[in-house]
Parts: sequence; structure tokens; C-alpha cells
Amino acid sequence: MLNIALPKGRLGEKVYGMFAAAGYECPSVLENSRKLIFENEEKGVRYFWVKPSDVAIYVERGAADIGVAGKDILLEYEPDVYELLDMKTGICRMAVAAPKDFHDNKRKTLKVATKFTNIAADYYAKQGRDIDIIHLNGSIEIAPILHLSDVIVDIVETGKTLKENDLEVVETVAPISARLIANKSSYKFNVKAVEEMVKSLRKIVEEKA
Amino acid sequence: MVPEEQINVSRLSKLYESYGYMRFKMSKFEEYDTYVKNKSFLTSDNVITFTDTTGKLMALKPDVTLSIVKNSKDDIGFAQKVYYNENVYRVSGESRSFREILQSGLECIGKVGRYEISEVLKLAVDSLGLLADDYVLDISHLGIISAALDGCKVGADVKKELLTYFGSKNICGAEEVLEREKVDATNGERVLKLMTCNGGIAETLPLLKSISDQTMAPFVEELEEILSVLPDKNVRIDFSVINDMRYYNGIVFQGFVKEVPKSVLFGGQYDLLLKGMRRNSNAIGFAIYLDELKEKDDVGPDVDVLVLFSDDSSIKKVSDTVDTLRKKGKKVAAQKEIPTGLRYGEIIRV
Repeated sequence: MLNIALPKGRLGEKVYGMFAAAGYECPSVLENSRKLIFENEEKGVRYFWVKPSDVAIYVERGAADIGVAGKDILLEYEPDVYELLDMKTGICRMAVAAPKDFHDNKRKTLKVATKFTNIAADYYAKQGRDIDIIHLNGSIEIAPILHLSDVIVDIVETGKTLKENDLEVVETVAPISARLIANKSSYKFNVKAVEEMVKSLRKIVEEKA
Repeated sequence: MVPEEQINVSRLSKLYESYGYMRFKMSKFEEYDTYVKNKSFLTSDNVITFTDTTGKLMALKPDVTLSIVKNSKDDIGFAQKVYYNENVYRVSGESRSFREILQSGLECIGKVGRYEISEVLKLAVDSLGLLADDYVLDISHLGIISAALDGCKVGADVKKELLTYFGSKNICGAEEVLEREKVDATNGERVLKLMTCNGGIAETLPLLKSISDQTMAPFVEELEEILSVLPDKNVRIDFSVINDMRYYNGIVFQGFVKEVPKSVLFGGQYDLLLKGMRRNSNAIGFAIYLDELKEKDDVGPDVDVLVLFSDDSSIKKVSDTVDTLRKKGKKVAAQKEIPTGLRYGEIIRV
């Protein structure tokens, strides 16, 4: 039996659709109930919904054998897991955004507001840029408007939220998409089942592309 | 040490001694200097330091290997074989706080050839066998990975990037890099095949041979000879085992035990660490993190028999009852009242 952690929400439902198409369906998953765990013994899978940012933790600690997590989470927390497949869904990018009239004064320490402190620190360290990181948990777009920060580092999907707040993307940090991850130890003891699942899912990904 | 750790330690010690390894006992602290010079060899940067009575900066040892290397002889014609059971002090886990971690392991330093390497691998397999019924030792050869990456003719930073993708089995990521760096199809293909080349020895070696080129061949031959003494069961070839190439070279390996989410055994050849310390010896060793092994859930009662007595009971009678039961091998608790939370098998009233 493979335990699979799916991210709660729209992305998770999409991803479940791919698992189902690959032959790992478990119809009760999509029923509108408050249940969090769903099992299909015949197919050898047990799904559960968890908060998207927690998927990597469940997998790293072995509570789930397999999981689907955004590349943003993997970059930020660097969990010790295998990254077996790019699901090519949930596509967006990690970007630096700033007010439309922003001028980057390179002599000044750049104030960066973000949820993703590690990604931001790493990105600017590579450029040798001195920054002041401000960790926020949400509504990041408001930070430059209120002069809390000069720029923000955040996920940009369509750019609509940015536009509505008079911000624009200045640089792309990394492309993001959903990734299939696996616990390193449990992989060793379920090689066949996991590899088979990866193979079937890869087919679905390629068909979609 | 919890009882289970004690049992594991004594079983492992016995195994290592049966192969002629000597116990290496060391002090809890070491001069801080030892670690500064090789800071990146340590798994974490943080070290607990203090000043001793002479004003020297000391550290609670975060690592055992460096201490053993420091105390080993150089330029010798034989191999020094030692094992240890020591506590190390490291920052670990999400709490980012210091923890005392019990480590068992062994080092083989000096003239280390193929036999010594195979012996250490055998000991690693046997160690895992002592710890669990279901286990896997993953073996990789950094020489083979290096040769494949050298063939791609890319810069050091790109190699490093590819190496992390080896570690996370991230084929999509590697494909992107190979495409971006315009690596030719033959060499790119070889890297990708090497990444997916994993499994039991018997099935993987032929595959490995089929993709190896001139530069890889000598390493593959070495791997084959060394693996010939290992059991096919419980041993896998897997190139996602990538230790830090600044210190490690050649054979590297990791051990996994079922139901434990992280690797519990970690080791490899670390000739480059010794070279950096201006020594001519070769070395291989491994460490087992005993605290990662789960304590088995204790489902049984705390005591087998709860002997209940009152103020009027004769203490002779209570004492006799307890002794008779103990002689039968039972765990007995004598109490006047049932202690809260105590799990007991049966109650005898005196």
C-alpha cells in the first residue's frame, strides 16, 4: 500500500485526476465530505489531503511514501526527498516584483518582503547583493505600497494580483510546477510500485503536453 | 542510552571485533581547531564550544571521524581498523537545537585496497542485518559519476547542479540542464541512464557495463570486483548516493531500514579528506545513527503482577508473595493502591 499525500485545493484535485488517469483511481476522493483519508485497496493506494506546504514534511518524515508538492516548497525547505517527476501542472513562476516606477539603487541595501525567505536569500546571495529580508505570511503585495519593502519575491501565476496593486515583475527567479516526490527510505522498499507509478504518470504528463 | 540502543551497541561491537576491529575510545571534547580546518566536512556548522582551564577553546565533538583520523598513523603498510560507540553533539531536526546523538561506526585507515573496502561494505550489510529484518544498503561509486559528468564538458558549477539532481533522482531537472548547456546526445544520454541505473547487483551491473565508456570502465571493474563478495539480497547499486565530493571519492554508501524514513547508515571512502590534511593514507568508514532507529512500541504491561496489600497485611507475607512471583520471572509491583496510569497484567491481593 502506497500512502500518497496530495495538496488540498484546486491543484490537488487536478493532480488526483492525473493519478486516476494513470490507473490509481479512488472515486471516494472527490466526494464532498470532510474525510481526509481515502483508500483503494485493490489499486494499493491510500490518498490523503494535507495543506500544500505540509506535503514535503509528510513525505520527508515517511508518513507518506509519495506526495505532490510545488517546486516553490522544495526550493524553500529543501526537504531530503527524491524528486521523481515534473507533473507539468500548477505552472507559475517565482519572481521579483516591484512598483511600476521602481528604480533599483544598487548602493542601497535592498529590502525584500517575502514568504520564501530561503529562496530570496539564495537568489540575491548568488548576485552578491546585500538585502534585508522581511518575512511575511500573506498579502505580500501590500509591502512595497506601504514602503515596508522595496520589492517582493513571490509566486506569480497570471500577474493579475500584481497588476491590481500597481506592481510588475522585474525578474524571474525560477519556474515553478508541481513535482512528484518520494520518501528516500520507503522508495528502497517499494521500488517496483513507485517506479511503475512514475512510469504511468509520466505517460499521462506526456499525453497532456 | 535506552535499553534497545544498548543491545544494538553491544551486538555491533561484537560484530566489529570479530573482524579484528579495535575499540577506539575518545574524550567527549576535542580542540575546536580540529573542526575549524575542516568545517565543511561536518554535517552542521554549529559546534558547542567552551574554554578549558588553560584558556584553550574546546568543542564538544560534533563528529568522530576527524578525531580518529587525527590520531591515526600515516605512511604505514597496513590498515588501522577501529570502531567506536560515541555520542556526538549536533544541531539537528527542525527545532534547530543541539542534540546528543549516539553513533556507532568504524574506520579503516592506512593502506586500504579493494579487500579492505569490500570488508567494510560487508560489515555495513551485516550491521544493518543486526538492526532490522528488512534493510537495504545502497552503493554508489563517485568515480563513475565523475567520469560521466566529465564527459559532458561543463563547468564546475554545472557539475554541482547535475550532482544534486543525481541525489534527488530529478531526471527532469537534469534533462533541462543538459539541454541548456548543449551537452552532446551521447554524453547527455549516459548521464541520464546512470541516474536511472539502480537495482540489485545482478541486474544492474550488466546495465552499467553497457553504458560505460573508457573512462568509466576501470571504476566499473573495481565496483564489480568489490561487490562480488557481497550478497545480492539487500544490496543495491544506486547512484543517488552522492557524498560531498570535496572529501569523498570512490565507493560511497547509505543504509536504510524499513519503517525508518531516513538513512541510518552513512559511509564511504574519504581519501580526499586525508589528502587535505596532507596525509598519504587511504581511508573508508561508516557511521550508524542509532537514535534514528525507532524504539519498538512497547505494548505489554508495565508490570506483570500488581500485588495489593493494606496496612494490616504482614510484610513477611507480602515479601514472600513478591519473591515467589519474581522467581517465576514476573515483573512485580507491590502497592497499597493502584498507581494512576500503571498498566498491569493481574492483581493479587494479600
